[in-house]
Amino acid sequence: MDGYANGFISFRGVGFRYSEDGPFITHALDLEIRRQEFFTLLGPSGCGKTTLLNLLAGYETPTEGEVCVSGKPVRGPGRDRIVIFQAPDSLYPWLTALENVDFPLRVAGLSKKERQVRALQVIELVGLHGHESKYPGQLSGGMKQRVQLARALVLEAPILLMDEPFGALDAQTRAVLQDELVQIQTRTQRTALFITHDISEAIFLADRVGVMSAGPQACIKEIIEVTLPRPRSRGSAAFGQLYDRVNQILSDEVRRVLRREDSLL
Amino acid sequence: MVARAARSVAARGGPWHAVPTDAIVFGTLSVVGFVLLWQVASTFWVVSMLFPPPLKTLATWWEMVQDGSILYHVRVSLVRIAVGFAIGTVVGVPVGLAMGLFTPVLVALEPYVQFLRFVPPIAWLIPAILWFGIGEISKTFLIVYTTIFLVLVNTMAGVRTIPRNQIRAARTFGLSRWQMFAWVTLPAIMPRIFTGMRIAMGNSFAAVVGAELIAAEAGLGYLITESATWMASDRMFSGMLTLGLLGILADVSFRAGIRRYAARYFMTQ
Repeated sequence: MDGYANGFISFRGVGFRYSEDGPFITHALDLEIRRQEFFTLLGPSGCGKTTLLNLLAGYETPTEGEVCVSGKPVRGPGRDRIVIFQAPDSLYPWLTALENVDFPLRVAGLSKKERQVRALQVIELVGLHGHESKYPGQLSGGMKQRVQLARALVLEAPILLMDEPFGALDAQTRAVLQDELVQIQTRTQRTALFITHDISEAIFLADRVGVMSAGPQACIKEIIEVTLPRPRSRGSAAFGQLYDRVNQILSDEVRRVLRREDSLL
Repeated sequence: MVARAARSVAARGGPWHAVPTDAIVFGTLSVVGFVLLWQVASTFWVVSMLFPPPLKTLATWWEMVQDGSILYHVRVSLVRIAVGFAIGTVVGVPVGLAMGLFTPVLVALEPYVQFLRFVPPIAWLIPAILWFGIGEISKTFLIVYTTIFLVLVNTMAGVRTIPRNQIRAARTFGLSRWQMFAWVTLPAIMPRIFTGMRIAMGNSFAAVVGAELIAAEAGLGYLITESATWMASDRMFSGMLTLGLLGILADVSFRAGIRRYAARYFMTQ
């Protein structure tokens, strides 16, 4: 009818700017994300990837157009769309790992018994077993992100929003967490929007990779289907070909940003 | 070894952790050394009533502890501090919270805060005496003023600097306004409240002594001025020694209480 019917999550002609006379960060942006799809988003830095995520999370409101989940426009944050932030500073430092994971359950008003069962289940799922009673400040960066992941999974929200969750981790830890995220996604089948600037990470995780154009007035430039079977090998020839293709599209955009910056000098 | 002690103090970071043993050892050595040096200097080089040898001061102090005269002054000063500190905290925290949470309150009260920052408690002593007389109320008023201010400013700053993502996560989880306050705002600002209280306690000692130096009939500040009038320098220094010891004792107990009952709020990110 309106061409948006397939989308579980849809961005429809979304424009956003912070102030009335400011520049449009995104403009006339359309994007459809399917149910239970793992969608990764790449783009030159500063292009508005996080803005898209904040709009879907309900932290920001679109200036133009609308963001819909199951056809209903997003109005503010909600328990159906849990965010995993890049910095672990969204964890509550005065609560232990277990208490942090339990926090959303406590807010939801579940019985103590059910809370305990579910929290411990998720702790097990993300590999935090044995660290339940440590405070975030006593955990490594990778462990803190596991706590964030557990806290996001525990409510069994249909949608996960991840803003470069592994961006600040060392390469080894990042690879391990990527592997585990793939396993968790295979088991739990959530719909995920995952922002990254790491091409290899985007291909490794995604059902589809979206590449954003350089801002201002950014939009989705191209979407690449990734049909490689999971678990994927980062070193395979097919992986390499996809990497080259995505890299080509992305570096065109990055070059455009650089050229514009040059002309300003 | 000294370097190691210094490093271990620095590594433990913040003022809320127990002092490591090696730091205690070197700290003690330093103090004992200094006192000995002073003893020798005041016995052989600068023999003067104005610089009594520390051992003489200690002997006088011990006498005054035993005959109860110093405890009397301690009690008077401590009651003033305790009452003022308690009132100041009980008023300062809610007002600071209101300023941090509600912009109109912040805008309305900010000018007073900015102005009064530069009017030290002791400047209020004379008006306080004119209004409340020379008794307890004027001194307690000074302590209340000292405490409210520091507790309020720290509480307010705490509310205003809660990490944005902690609030955003809470909004996603659907906290009610009350839950947001009780489960996020309050625990997040605990360290700032306690920091404000701790600084306020130190400043309250300064304020009460200042008040007692100028107008009082009892208290440690009074003991110091009165002894100076009679050139009883050993009694004067005894008063100062007591002040320092009391301050340390108050601070150590405050920190121990925090470690025992509120340690989780001092976990870093």
